[in-house]
Amino acid sequence: MPGAELVLFEEDYTRINEILATLVRETNSKFALLVDRSGQLVSSQGDTENMDSLSFASLSAGNYAATSELSKILGQEEFSVLFHQGTTESIHLSIVAKRVILVVVFDNKTTLGLVRLRVKKAVEELSAIFNRIFQKVAERGAEAPSPLGDTFSSVAESEIDNLFKD
Amino acid sequence: MSLINYSSREINCKIVYYGCGLCGKTTNLLYIHEKLPHDIKGKMVSLATDTDRTLFFDFLPLELGTVNGFKTRFHLYTVPGQVHYDASRKLILKGVDGIVFVVDSQRNRFDENIESFENMKKNLQLQGYNLDNIPYIIQYNKRDLPNCSPVEQLEAALNKDQVPCFESIATTGIGVFDSLRAISKLVIAHLSRQTAR
Repeated sequence: MPGAELVLFEEDYTRINEILATLVRETNSKFALLVDRSGQLVSSQGDTENMDSLSFASLSAGNYAATSELSKILGQEEFSVLFHQGTTESIHLSIVAKRVILVVVFDNKTTLGLVRLRVKKAVEELSAIFNRIFQKVAERGAEAPSPLGDTFSSVAESEIDNLFKD
Repeated sequence: MSLINYSSREINCKIVYYGCGLCGKTTNLLYIHEKLPHDIKGKMVSLATDTDRTLFFDFLPLELGTVNGFKTRFHLYTVPGQVHYDASRKLILKGVDGIVFVVDSQRNRFDENIESFENMKKNLQLQGYNLDNIPYIIQYNKRDLPNCSPVEQLEAALNKDQVPCFESIATTGIGVFDSLRAISKLVIAHLSRQTAR
């Protein structure tokens, strides 16, 4: 469902973070990000302190989107894995449940083989979680409360007036 | 398609500035980036050609702060306006929550604006969206130039849905924040309605 929002609750989010943390630890990678295909950062684990995660997420999604279109032009199925090799650091991107991109950044403390192996396992686990999340979003009907709160809209509008000005 | 994380209590929304080549989309973002204080804005990323034409997109994250306990962010994107970048343009619309359609008001760009608007509708459909369900506003830019079409004429051609519209001069900032505030509020209102469904 392309127009559906992505909604994450405590239990799923905790499990997602655990999977990412395990992946970073077991591969000895620098960090791992989960990015929605629209460019929104879903989660990150590892050493991202001195890194602009939001820009990294946005560019990763753009990178993945462009490559997907290239594969379509070639009449291929979507590439499920992308890999960019740098002199010291490399980027490994893979798609999860067709909607989320798993980005792993690693250096020469590990190997591409190990990253690939562990990413495969993580993608399987994350796919199960995200498929369940998308199903929940699709099934969420009239019974769902508004967890943002009744005053969310008016408070946000007042903040917009306060902050978005010359 | 916003991202709502009830665990980390974050909401991210995506706003796309769309319009024909050289209409002022990037100029809007540059002005916003220049004027907002550091605690609200993130780093602006531009994927541009050597001649500063947008090649893929510009990206500017803005942070509204905490609203009802939710850290609320708007991610602003521009599309590349030039006709031959259509494949890239389509990709940026993925997950869009709101659109600012920027119009080049000059008479000689009249047809290109209409073409770009139709192109936006087509690209939204290709992504599985419908403009009827996406908040959008229209910004009539470059109002300081001498050869502008009257706003009434532009309205008749482009604003059939009677959405909010603003006259602007993005180079000096006139109308830029009016447009940003309007689309941000529409996106929030839409999001509140969706989550209350």
